[in-house]
Amino acid sequence: MAMKRLIKEFSKGIFRENPIFVIVLGLCPALAVSVSLENALGMGLAASFVLVFSNCLISGIRNIVPSRIRIPCFIVVIASFVTIVELLMAAFSPQLAKQLGIFVPLIVVNCIIMGRAEGFASKNSILPSLLDGLGMGLGFTIALSFIAIIRELLGSGKILGFMIFKAYPPATIMILPPGALLTLGMLIGLINLIKERNKR
Amino acid sequence: MNDKFLLSISPHIYKKESTARIMWTVFLCLVPSGIAGIFIFGPRALWMIVACVAMAISTETIILALRHQRITITDGSAALTGLLLAYNLPSSLPIWMACIGSLFAIAIVKQAFGGLGKNIFNPALAGRAFLLIAWPKYMVSFSKPFIYSDSVTSATPLYLLKEGKAETIHQMGISYLDLFLGNRGGCIGEVCIALLLLGALFLLWRKIISWHIPFSFISTLGLLTWLWGGSQIGRADVLFSLLAGGVVLGAFFMATDYVTSPLTREGQLIFGFGCGLLTFVIRRWGGYPEGVSFAILMMNALAPLLDRFCRPRIYGHEKINKRI
Repeated sequence: MAMKRLIKEFSKGIFRENPIFVIVLGLCPALAVSVSLENALGMGLAASFVLVFSNCLISGIRNIVPSRIRIPCFIVVIASFVTIVELLMAAFSPQLAKQLGIFVPLIVVNCIIMGRAEGFASKNSILPSLLDGLGMGLGFTIALSFIAIIRELLGSGKILGFMIFKAYPPATIMILPPGALLTLGMLIGLINLIKERNKR
Repeated sequence: MNDKFLLSISPHIYKKESTARIMWTVFLCLVPSGIAGIFIFGPRALWMIVACVAMAISTETIILALRHQRITITDGSAALTGLLLAYNLPSSLPIWMACIGSLFAIAIVKQAFGGLGKNIFNPALAGRAFLLIAWPKYMVSFSKPFIYSDSVTSATPLYLLKEGKAETIHQMGISYLDLFLGNRGGCIGEVCIALLLLGALFLLWRKIISWHIPFSFISTLGLLTWLWGGSQIGRADVLFSLLAGGVVLGAFFMATDYVTSPLTREGQLIFGFGCGLLTFVIRRWGGYPEGVSFAILMMNALAPLLDRFCRPRIYGHEKINKRI
């Protein structure tokens, strides 16, 4: 029974409560960095790392933090992990850090991480919080990669920097902001359609 | 329109006007200008028009079927969108790009918002804007008139003006008559002003469009160009600015779209004024040589607000406080 619940906490983030497509949180970084699959994976992993560790720590300190100042406490915890990610990224893959730019430090105020801290980790014990963070992080990364594959393929004819369509003149709009909104809108529509079908 | 029992308040006057009738009339009024475009840019323009219209109609059919709606392609609105889109494209554009523009216009701009009468933006113009941002290189190369070849390109007069390559109409080597009849580089349906005006007059006479939007659009643009368009106040070539771009096509056939323009006369005058102002601003200071399509799209977004702002007094009631 307990095992079943843990699996559920992990798997809900991937499809049923996907942070991007279903809860529709954290769109700003999702739209901004999904220009290429490489950026999307980098951003997804960075956010997942922060999500997992901050979820664990916040769940661990949930009984000693007074509820009136819980938000500042969460932000301090999240900011510490974001700083770790930022420095690691700058040290080991400076090019990716340069491409993601301001959006790595902005993970501090990412709605998904704040939302999971407030909505889940501050009410549950450490193990479910860890799995929740993993699942949500994975869901975020998958969603970002989906958007990025479509945008990179149509907008520059490449995947992960490898040329796929040679004769195709890339549609610049797809790697500009309108392309991000169009792709996201179409994907959310598609997912709602699938959910509707499943219900019937 | 699908309701079996229509309940409406009196007076119950029966009129022959219907969506289909209006759409097909506008379509017919646009045909002469298209024939002129084919004559000017060659058979390729014809294929562009056919491809856009066919793609628009088939997309509409497929999506209405997928949405389990009645297939209403005979009302002509999809065909009109396809035609207007083709008129807004250069004849040298690859056909498949035109088809994608048509698909975008119908599938996303029109049907995704709920179909006929529910779209916020003019589908044809949004399709053009999509193509302009997606493939800018292809969208700004125009065939030279009467050469019938894609490889011989000629810049549009407004482009020459924007880039500072020519300041007056004489330096461009064309006359006002050339501009009026369409002997210049440009989009398929925008070049022949004479036949566009003929179609527009017919629409005005049949009261399918009213004079408010075109009048305030064109006069605002003319006035602003006269005042600040040139190097000194009052020195700019107003006639050139009105004939050289897509103003006539835009003001008479696209800004007057029923769905995306305000309902009241007052609102329509403001709408036209906004279109003229934005066109002038884009032409004078913006990045593009021509701003008609973006101006109309931006005002489309404001149309619902203008409808709220210009609410007419209800008969027998006090004038309502204007609040937004």
